[in-house]
This record gives sequence, structure tokens and C-alpha cells, in this order.
Amino acid sequence: MQEGKKNGFLSGVKNVTKNYAMYIALALIFIMFQIWSGGRFLTPRNITNLVNQTGYIAVLAVAMTLVLIICQIDLSIGFLTGFLGAVAARLLLLNVPIPLTILIVILFGAALGLLQGFIIGKIGVPAFVTTLAGEFAFRGLLQLITQDKGTINVTNEAFKEISQGFLPDLFKINLFGTEFHGLSLIIGAIAVAIVILSGLRKRNELKKYNLDPGSIGGFITKMAFFSALIVSLVLLLASFNGISWTVIIVVAVTAVYHFVLNKTKIGRHIYGMGGNLEAAKLSGVNTKLVLIGVFISMGAMAGLSGIMITSRMGCAQPTTGAGFELDAIAACYIGGVSTSGGVGRVLNSVVGAFVIMSLVNGLNLVGVGISYQYLIKGIIFIIAVAIDVRSRGRKALG
Amino acid sequence: MSEYILEMRGITKTFPGVKALDNVNFSVRPGEIHCLVGENGAGKSTLMKVLSGIHEYGTYEGDIILDGEVMKFHNIRGSEKAGIAIINQELALIPELSVAENIFFGREILKNKLMDWNETNARAVKYLNMVRLNVNPQLPVKELRVGSQQLVEIAKALSKDARLLILDEPTSSLNEEDSENLLNLLRELKEKGVTIIMISHRLKEVVEIGDTVTVLRDGTTVCSMDRSEVTEQKIIKNMVGREIGSIYPKRSESHEIGDVRFEVEHWSARDVKRNREMVKDVSFYVRKGEIIGFAGLMGAGRTELALSLFGNTPGYKITSGEIRLEGETVRFKSPKAAIEKGVAYATEDRKRNGLVLLQDVKFNTTFANLNRLIRGGIINESKENNEATKLKDDIKIKTPSIHQAARNLSGGNQQKTVLAKWIFATPKVLILDEPTRGIDVGSKHEIYTLMNKMVEEGMSIIMISSELLEIIGMSDRIYVMHEGRITGELSGKEATEEGIMRLATNTEEN
Repeated sequence: MQEGKKNGFLSGVKNVTKNYAMYIALALIFIMFQIWSGGRFLTPRNITNLVNQTGYIAVLAVAMTLVLIICQIDLSIGFLTGFLGAVAARLLLLNVPIPLTILIVILFGAALGLLQGFIIGKIGVPAFVTTLAGEFAFRGLLQLITQDKGTINVTNEAFKEISQGFLPDLFKINLFGTEFHGLSLIIGAIAVAIVILSGLRKRNELKKYNLDPGSIGGFITKMAFFSALIVSLVLLLASFNGISWTVIIVVAVTAVYHFVLNKTKIGRHIYGMGGNLEAAKLSGVNTKLVLIGVFISMGAMAGLSGIMITSRMGCAQPTTGAGFELDAIAACYIGGVSTSGGVGRVLNSVVGAFVIMSLVNGLNLVGVGISYQYLIKGIIFIIAVAIDVRSRGRKALG
Repeated sequence: MSEYILEMRGITKTFPGVKALDNVNFSVRPGEIHCLVGENGAGKSTLMKVLSGIHEYGTYEGDIILDGEVMKFHNIRGSEKAGIAIINQELALIPELSVAENIFFGREILKNKLMDWNETNARAVKYLNMVRLNVNPQLPVKELRVGSQQLVEIAKALSKDARLLILDEPTSSLNEEDSENLLNLLRELKEKGVTIIMISHRLKEVVEIGDTVTVLRDGTTVCSMDRSEVTEQKIIKNMVGREIGSIYPKRSESHEIGDVRFEVEHWSARDVKRNREMVKDVSFYVRKGEIIGFAGLMGAGRTELALSLFGNTPGYKITSGEIRLEGETVRFKSPKAAIEKGVAYATEDRKRNGLVLLQDVKFNTTFANLNRLIRGGIINESKENNEATKLKDDIKIKTPSIHQAARNLSGGNQQKTVLAKWIFATPKVLILDEPTRGIDVGSKHEIYTLMNKMVEEGMSIIMISSELLEIIGMSDRIYVMHEGRITGELSGKEATEEGIMRLATNTEEN
């Protein structure tokens, strides 16, 4: 059925709020913790910490989005991340240079992803089983590699910078009597400009072919919303240490994945085979190859995530990575990836990761014990997805 | 008691932005077979959904009067209680469960709160006998042919003591023989006092079986005709609001058929799992600019032949044969390889494996040939919007924009989107498997016109169809298959329905 009149300003605004239920959830979480913590949540220091905490889950969630779009799942990435992080720590111990360490770890992750992808795609073992087996195996490998020491400490300070460091503090900009990290502000301004310009470009493109670009009200709301989001985040970060390398990594990874999904043939093939596997096959998609590619990318991102977590903690431990896969999958679902495949956006999954880590961060801040944290995480997760499912008319039983 | 068992008065049903039904009046006499016809999107299915409570009371205007009483159905259970049973085009059986379990699904027969299997099976047999289906009630439904599954659905409806049976395109997926059986069964049920409403696109059977024929167009009742006044031409005229001289358009006089382009020799394929030869020693050819038809009954091996040629052979093994494409011997390992060489296959089941329904018309149109849009590894979206819009306008896909999701289109427009995909992919040889199944006369005509245009531009089309008139009307040459073998080749001009049927059933002329 066609939708009714949808060019009214108000209905446009309404439409946008419907599509951004996740952001509303995020705002509610922020307000809740700000009050609960007596104003300690929304401080530049804590937000910086929160953003850096989100990083290693965000890159996993980005790659997981692809896995879920093609109706597969990867349960192995928790300990795969932990294991690859430990491999990084080992290599550094052997004085392997940082760039080479990063390269080796990511390629190793990709190779393990290839192995799992091969088992799923070519041999035909379901992904759930294959990656469950992977989770066991990688847990074993992680314990093996950390066994003699228990914890592998990283002494290389430059490596720690990856997840602990910030953009260089070249100059300060003084606004409203506050000193801001200059480079960060400039990057923030560029980001806003890119968002608005690409939005306008897309709109013009649609108009050119007489396609409905949606209401102007919706468009303005959307642009204002994203700009405000970027501006407030950047201002918060820039009043502390500035934008961290973690942010740069996450933005770069998200941008690359977004580009591949939306602008290239492989992206189309991923959405197509997720939406209808048989139709994709008969349309000439090499579905096995796409599947293997998606698992390779998942493995590679587990490698990157492993590097980030080892760098952040300054060490590798035998339990690192436990539960990461669940956080990443939850992030995707909060971000609106369809549980029946075919639908999903990487940017939304990153925001989903941010929602989850906000919870973890906030609960830690107000001193809630770990048992209650899991309990609350579960409840908030189900509420967030329930809102999303209802507002998109994507109920499990139709 | 009034003259009618059922009256639907002034039914109006509005979806956001669309009036699907506009003041429809529909009256059914007790014990008749009432056929409901109309183009796709005319509102037939919506009307039946209102009747069966799927669109619940309060979401529509107007009254449903059953036996003189106004009914207020809130769900399908409500209408079932009143004796109405609906059998949808897509069957609602659970393939893994047995025939008996399916018949009593949701109304399990219990003894001491546990399943009473003996009674379940015994009662199932009773209803199976009523529909003249002689199968073991303990057999899983998935083992039955589509035609038999349909009968199980009817048995299920009868077991609910349905007085009013609604069938939505019951014969669309059946072959001629099964269709004939079904129609006979409906006549028998009528004799037993069951009132039947049947939606159908097969006008021939409508004329044959309908006591009354009601035509819907654009959400309104156009007319209701008695058996005595019904003809196919009259129905078509009322459905489309214009006369179609012939539903099969003529190709331009100057069109010439070229050299042999695609040739298959001694092709055999075996179903490894069932250890059965599905395609046996098949040889045929198609020339440039030619349409050849493959006729035959369901299960004659036509789809299996097409898929095995096309490189999509899960579970099949090709045991012999050779394909020559423009003189070059080829063998396709995958659909991808076939498409790259210029051989394409458009499926018989557009929803299951033809379209990505979640995605929009544009996505589906360009999906099989993205290479055409790629520059430097990136999809050129301007070009994509441009070409998809042009194609949509050319072949008249009725949709407000190419950004409409395919699932929101009517069957005919979905089928046109499938064709748009293959036109965009520009294959040399296109296999069309049941290209007009379940779509209305107007859309059929447009699709035939499109096929003619495609061969005029030099494409070769292999059409598999179970509709004999379509095969005869569209094909230059016709191959008939029976149990995996080609039993005859006819020219399109001299073929008759009887002639094809004889070959398809492999019976001697008498």
C-alpha cells in the first residue's frame, strides 16, 4: 500500500522520530544517569571515557551488521577478539614493530574468518554451530597463549596510544571563555559540513529524477539533529583531551563499511542475498563467496578490536573478550538490524554499541554491582528492541 | 429467509492513501458456485479478507449479512464459527506435519487430554474420502503434490463444517488434469449443499463452473452475471473496461527469425537424492529472435531442465548432454556463469526466488547486472535512477516511484519487475518459467507485448508454461514434454490444445 500524504511538515517530523527510536532511548539513558549520578555522567572526562570504551565493541558491531544482514551469526568473535589481542601482546613482546603487529593480527583474524566462512559456506555447517565451535576453540587458544604468564603486559607506550591517546594538541580555540582542543573543533566542523552537504546532494539527486525526496520538514529535522549530535559530542570531547584515536578508527571503519554497503556491487549482493537468498543466486550472485567475504571481514575486525582492547587495557588476559559477541550482536539489534536479515545500517549499529556502553559506563559510575548490571542490561536491551520492532512494524510473529 | 445466504452491502475499505474497496455489493445464493473475477488490485482478495474477518469488524464500512443476520467478525476464528472457511492461494499447511495433523490442526482430537491418534487418523480418512483423495493420513504433507495439498486444505475446511467455502485462485498452481479434478470436486460439494466462492484468473474455468460471476474493477462491483449470459469475452470486457481484440499481440510483420543460437543435445539430468532421471535425453534449439514454448503437465521435468541448463543444480547430476551457445560448447557451473555468458532464467515463483521483496523496484531491476552501472568500482546512482525509471515507464510498472518496495506491488507489477531485471541484464537467451502465473488479463497482455518486443530486439526466449492457450498464442515452435522426455515438436501456427494435450499425456490419437 502507498503511504498517505507524507509531505506535511509535521508528518515529516513524526516520521523522523519514528526512525530514530534508538536515539530517544539514548537520550533517556543519558538523562537517567545524569540525574542518578548527581551530574557526574555528562562530564567531558566521562564522555571521553565512554567513547573510548565503545570503540572496540563498535568495530565488532560494524562487521557483525553484515553477518546479520545475510542471515548468519558469529558467536566466536568474543574469544577470537581476546585471542587476537593476546597475539598482538605476544608479538610486541618479541619486539615486532607496531605496524607489522597490526597487519599480522588483522590478517590472522581474516584467515580465521576465512576458515569459519569456508566451513559454513562450502562444507555447509550452520553458522550458529560453526562459530559456537569457534568460540570454544578460540577460548582454548587464548588460554594457551596466556598460560605461562597469566597476563601479558604491554610495555610499548606507543601501542597504548592507539586506544588511550588523542589527536595532537596543536592549538587551543577559546569559545565562551572555555579552552577547546583546536584540531578537534575543526574536524567537528568539517564533519557537520560533510553531513549537510551529502544530505543536500542526495536530495537534489532524487529531485532530478522526480523521485519523492521526503518532506522538507523531515529533512531539516534530520540535518539539525545530526549536526547537533556531532557538535555537542565534539564540544564535550574538545573541552577535555580532544578527539581520541579510537574515534578516528571507528569513524574510518564505519565510513568504509557504509561506503561498501551502499555504493558497491558487493554491498548490493549482501543486501540482496539477505533479503532473498534464492533470488540472489538466480540473479548471478556468488552467494558462497559473499558469505566467506563477510566472515573474513568479521575476523579482520575482531583483529582490530583485539588490538584496541589490548592497547586500552595495556595487557592481554585469559578472560578478555568474554561476552563481546553478545554486546556486538545486541548493538546491531538495537541499531535496527532485522532479525530475519536483509536490513541493517552500520552507522546505526555503532550508535547501538554506544547505547550499550552508555549503560555499562553509567551503571559503573553510580556503583551498581556487576550482577545487577547484567540484569539491567538485559531489561534495557529487550525494551529497546521492543520499541524498535513496534515502531517499524516488524513483529516476530507478524 | 432471504434469497441470499450471504450479502455484503456497501463495503468500503480504506488503506492509508488508497481506497481498496468502494461501496461494494456482493450477494451469494445458497448452494451456488459464485466466481469472483477482476484484475490484480481490483479488490477481490481484500473483499474476501473482510468477509473472513482478517480485516476485522470496524476497520471497514458496510454490512456483512449471513442468513439474514449482521455479522461482526473480529478474526478468522469468528468467521469459521459462522461456517465460513477460506483457502488462500498460498496454502496454509505445515509441510512437516502429517495430513491428519494438518486437517485437525488447532482442533486436535483428545482423549484424556492426550492426542487420540487413532480417532484423528480415522476421521481424517472420512474427510479425505469426501475430497476423493486416497492417501495415507499419516504421510507428511510435504510428500504430496500441490494438487493433493489443495485437496487436504479443502478436507480441512470441510472438517470445520464449513457451509461457505472461499477459494482464492485454487487452480493457479495446478496442471490441467488436477484443475479438472478440483472443479469436479467443487461441483460435487455444491450438490451436497456447500456454497462456494471462487476467485480465479482462468476465465475458461469460470465460464465452465460459475453459476454466477461477479466482476470487480478498481474496488467497485462492475456487474454480476448469470450462467446463461456469461462468456469469456464479456468477462474480459468488464474486467478491463475495454475489448481486447486478442490477448496475444501480433509481432511486427518485418520481424525475422535468425540463426540457431542456443542448442541442447541429449541432455539428461538425474535427481541424486531420489535416484530418478528427471530429464531424459532432451534435444532442442532456439533461434535468434524466436520464442519457443515448453508445454507439459506439472512434473514433466520442464523446470528441472531449465534449472539444470542454467547451472543451478543442487541435488541434480547432469549425466549426459551438450549445450552450444552460438556454436561454442558451454557448460555452466553456476547461475552466475550462465548469466555472464548471456543465458538467464526468470523463475516461476517470483516471491520465493524471483525478487528481493524487502528492496525497492530499482534495486531489483538492476540486481542481475550491476556491472552496467559500475565505474571505478562504484555504482553510479544517477545512472541507476535514470535507467530504472526509464525501464519502469517503458514497461508500465504501476508504482508511484522506483523506490517502492517490491512487496507493495501487485502480482502483475511484481512480474513486470522480474522482467525489468532481465531486460536490464540483456541476456541473449531468456528462459521464462510460467511468466504469467496468477496475474490478471491486462497485465498478461502487457507482458506478452513485452516478450514480443524483446525478441524483436534479437533476444531468444524459451517459455515454460502450463497454460496451453498462452503456449499456442505466443510460441513460434512448441516442444511438449512428458515424464522428462520431449514427446513432440509442433509449430505454433498448427498447434491445437488437443494436440498438445495428447503429447503431454503421451496418449495415442484415437
